[in-house]
Amino acid sequence: MLAYLVRRILYALPILIGVNLLTFALFFVVNKPDDMARMHLGVKHVTPAAIERWKQEHGYDKPLFYNPASETGNAFTDTIFFTKSVRLFIFDFGNADDGRNITYDITQRMWPSLAIAIPTLLVGLLVYITFAMTLAFFRATYIDYAGVILAVVLMSISGLFYIIGGQYLVSKLLHLVPISGYATGLTAIKFLILPVLIGVIGSIGSNSRWYRTIFLEEINKDYVRTARAKGLSERVVLFKHVLKNALIPILTGIVVILPMLFMGNLILESFFGVPGLGSYTIDAIRQQDFAIVRAMVFLGSVLYIIGLILTDISYTIVDPRIRLGGS
Amino acid sequence: MAEQTQILKVENLHTWFRGDGRIARAVDGVSFTINKGETFALLGESGCGKSVTSLSIMRLVPEPGGKIVQGRVNLHGQDLLQLPETQMRDVRGSRIAMIFQEPMTSLNPVLKIGEQIEETAVRHKTLKEGQTARQKAIELLNAVGLPDAQRRYSEYPHQLSGGMKQRVMIAIALAGDPELLIADEPTTALDVTIQSQVLQLLRELQGETHMAVMLITHDLGVVAEMADRVAVMYAGQIVEQADRETFFKAPKHPYSIKLFESLPNRTKRNQRLAVIQGSVPSLATEFKGCRFEPRCQFAIEDCKNNVPVWQSFDELGEETGVLCHRFDPRFESQFSEPVQKIFDAVAQSDDPVTTRGFKELLKVNELKVHFPIQKGLFKRTVGHVRAVDGVSIDIPQGKTLALVGESGCGKTTVGKGILQLISPTAGSVNLDNEELTNLAKHQMRQRRKDIQIIFQDPFSSMNPRMMVADIIEEGMVAQRVGGDKQKRQTRIDELLNQVGLSPEVKYRYPHEFSGGQRQRICIARALAVEPKLIICDEPTSALDVSVQAQILNLLKELQDKFGLAYLFITHNLSVVEYLAHNVAVMYLGRIVETGTVEEVLENPLHPYTKALLSAVPQVDIDSERKVIRLRGELPSPANPPVGCHFNPRCAKAWQECRNGYPSARSVSPTHSVRCYLYQEN
Repeated sequence: MLAYLVRRILYALPILIGVNLLTFALFFVVNKPDDMARMHLGVKHVTPAAIERWKQEHGYDKPLFYNPASETGNAFTDTIFFTKSVRLFIFDFGNADDGRNITYDITQRMWPSLAIAIPTLLVGLLVYITFAMTLAFFRATYIDYAGVILAVVLMSISGLFYIIGGQYLVSKLLHLVPISGYATGLTAIKFLILPVLIGVIGSIGSNSRWYRTIFLEEINKDYVRTARAKGLSERVVLFKHVLKNALIPILTGIVVILPMLFMGNLILESFFGVPGLGSYTIDAIRQQDFAIVRAMVFLGSVLYIIGLILTDISYTIVDPRIRLGGS
Repeated sequence: MAEQTQILKVENLHTWFRGDGRIARAVDGVSFTINKGETFALLGESGCGKSVTSLSIMRLVPEPGGKIVQGRVNLHGQDLLQLPETQMRDVRGSRIAMIFQEPMTSLNPVLKIGEQIEETAVRHKTLKEGQTARQKAIELLNAVGLPDAQRRYSEYPHQLSGGMKQRVMIAIALAGDPELLIADEPTTALDVTIQSQVLQLLRELQGETHMAVMLITHDLGVVAEMADRVAVMYAGQIVEQADRETFFKAPKHPYSIKLFESLPNRTKRNQRLAVIQGSVPSLATEFKGCRFEPRCQFAIEDCKNNVPVWQSFDELGEETGVLCHRFDPRFESQFSEPVQKIFDAVAQSDDPVTTRGFKELLKVNELKVHFPIQKGLFKRTVGHVRAVDGVSIDIPQGKTLALVGESGCGKTTVGKGILQLISPTAGSVNLDNEELTNLAKHQMRQRRKDIQIIFQDPFSSMNPRMMVADIIEEGMVAQRVGGDKQKRQTRIDELLNQVGLSPEVKYRYPHEFSGGQRQRICIARALAVEPKLIICDEPTSALDVSVQAQILNLLKELQDKFGLAYLFITHNLSVVEYLAHNVAVMYLGRIVETGTVEEVLENPLHPYTKALLSAVPQVDIDSERKVIRLRGELPSPANPPVGCHFNPRCAKAWQECRNGYPSARSVSPTHSVRCYLYQEN
């Protein structure tokens, strides 16, 4: 198990290097520092001198990979690649264009993101599993058919509709909670209820349908017939035998996205004005602040790899048949 | 016959399945009774409705789709079909218990086996969960002969072998002290030696608890061994019912007679096996006459137009009887031949095996296939699974060598090693004086023309998205045989004719065929490149007996016609008796005994061969045979026992057997054995 994990982490290194090189190529070779400067300065102010000054101010005045004229004598470290990309590996994201420290911003803004993401996940799981199990219990009856149609309808509606519709109905007409905004402490709850609710509703269709398929697949297996032949009630068969097996794909499917919760929800946070990492990323893209975007892309890759490793570990916990590393 | 206590009485049971706008009458008017303490066997081929009958008794017919539409299932006079579901649950697992065919999938993979046994006990025996329930589970594990019950209690199903899982299933069934145990093909998925252990266990438990057993099986041997009374099912109906002696001495229904005739064995070696023409009719059809009529050799015009009426033999009780016009007083006289004589007229086409020159075709010498076991951070090789560990076999042209052994002994790996589908670790494979192990990839590709393989599962071994013609043609194109496109098409027609299919089927897809027809297509595909040797890897074990007979006949016919050699990999000894010239018995990666069929089967020397032969259930109910029951199960080839690999399970083992692996000793020019019993001088 330990050997397996060490090996998986070692495999992750070349992936991260690849991600790093690709983002570097996208941000500095395709879109050169000169282009970035032009964009920031605006058409009216572009002069060769202004571009040079902007590059100097933001640390883009060095060669990409090799700097023979370096004053400090470090031809390799005194380059854009080293200062902007290699330092990502020690999670030193540098400063944003407005001079703020990106690492500090991330540690500040991840909490509002989690405050939305975690309740959405937990409430969602409860709702989707309950809904899916109900459909599985009433399989091939009109309740099942109606449930599946409802799920397809919910799936077919754009997520934006739920947000705008929810804000209009709950906030504007009924005045139950504020339309958008955020606060710290307990007062945050009134700002969080609506985005969490909409996050859950937005995914009911696809997730419940998927979970229902998993339940039905398990219900048709031989061991369920054995359980029924024991004289167990349908409730025990469903909750003790089927649920335990169906939870294996459901839980491991969730573990992989668990670390990604930190990254926040781009759309929900922007619409509800929540100062999380999702809106942070959106704002950075809008303002062409590529230092932040690069940091978020790299962070996302790291978290995704962690998610995959956690998935493997979670399999060994929930499924007695699987042991890692063949030991 | 003494009056017995009736437990179960099934009357006129009808179970239907709806689907695709049609109704399949899976069970169509079935009646029988089961008495206390007896074993009642329900015999039939796949799709005849025997499993649905048992599920109907338990009211576990899969819904939606399946429905019991008519009939009564009386348990001590109480109609189970009228009970509300909640009361039916008190019957299931307690008064009637059930075990299933696939012990591998019938246990819940994420629950400890102890918990799964306890569950039944707690549900029906008002035991408290906890210490007493645990005690009961361990008691039951001991009762079903699972060694080390204390430890096994907290193991998961995947940690157990197939035989052990079936024992756990039996323990679950016993937990409710049932009056009736329904066993649906309980040993079909198991090896013969394990099968004999499980059957023995069932018999012992039956002796102790006096429960009745309803045994559902397709295996006449198992019926002969276990049953007190037999009912034969065909197309949703019981067509014959009799006690064991009457049935095995003189089966009456033409279908039963054919079942016996299609069984391969040694006495039929030089004959074609009887086959049942055609296939089982679709259960969705509306039957106007006898369901077996289109396939029956005795059928007369009246069989087509009159639904047969149950003819009971009064002196033996109302239930013993047959569903056939030949025994109906109204039609009896129209059948020209007397009943008994027809039975004796076994197909006697004399077709002696053509003796060809003993030219060696395949010589395998000390073949080894080892798979590394890797561990740790850098996947160091810490050991080897010795799947094949020094196997030497010869096959002359036009002959059949049967490689016999239980699952896990490495026989399939031998086949793959010969084909170079796995590159052997050591040893030589010599085909027609050419060494295959040294050939470069492109050279080997050309040689593949000479060796072909047929697999166990004909369906999964064909690409479902290719038409039959393309499947057969592919090999010809790859090997550049069969000429141009026009000639290849003619050849495909010819091949399909040879395997007994009409050339018109060549534009169809594999799923449109039955199992036997699919295996014929696989044989045609193998023949297309005109091979010298065909490796047949359990080619009939997925098929019904009557279909198996067709395939065996075909293989034999093709051998006589084209001088093909076969390496026949199988665990079915009666097939070996019928088809093979030479036999090699394999145990844990090595050949323990080899010789001609007569030598090995009539005079087995190795204790393992003896045990294997004795474990096969015999159809001949008069044969006095003593079953040698092996202890335990096949050990892991990663860590084989020291000395002779068989010594921990061998009744005759002594000190010397643990010292080293015995060398081969010849007892005749063709017969050799590796065992210390035969080492002295």
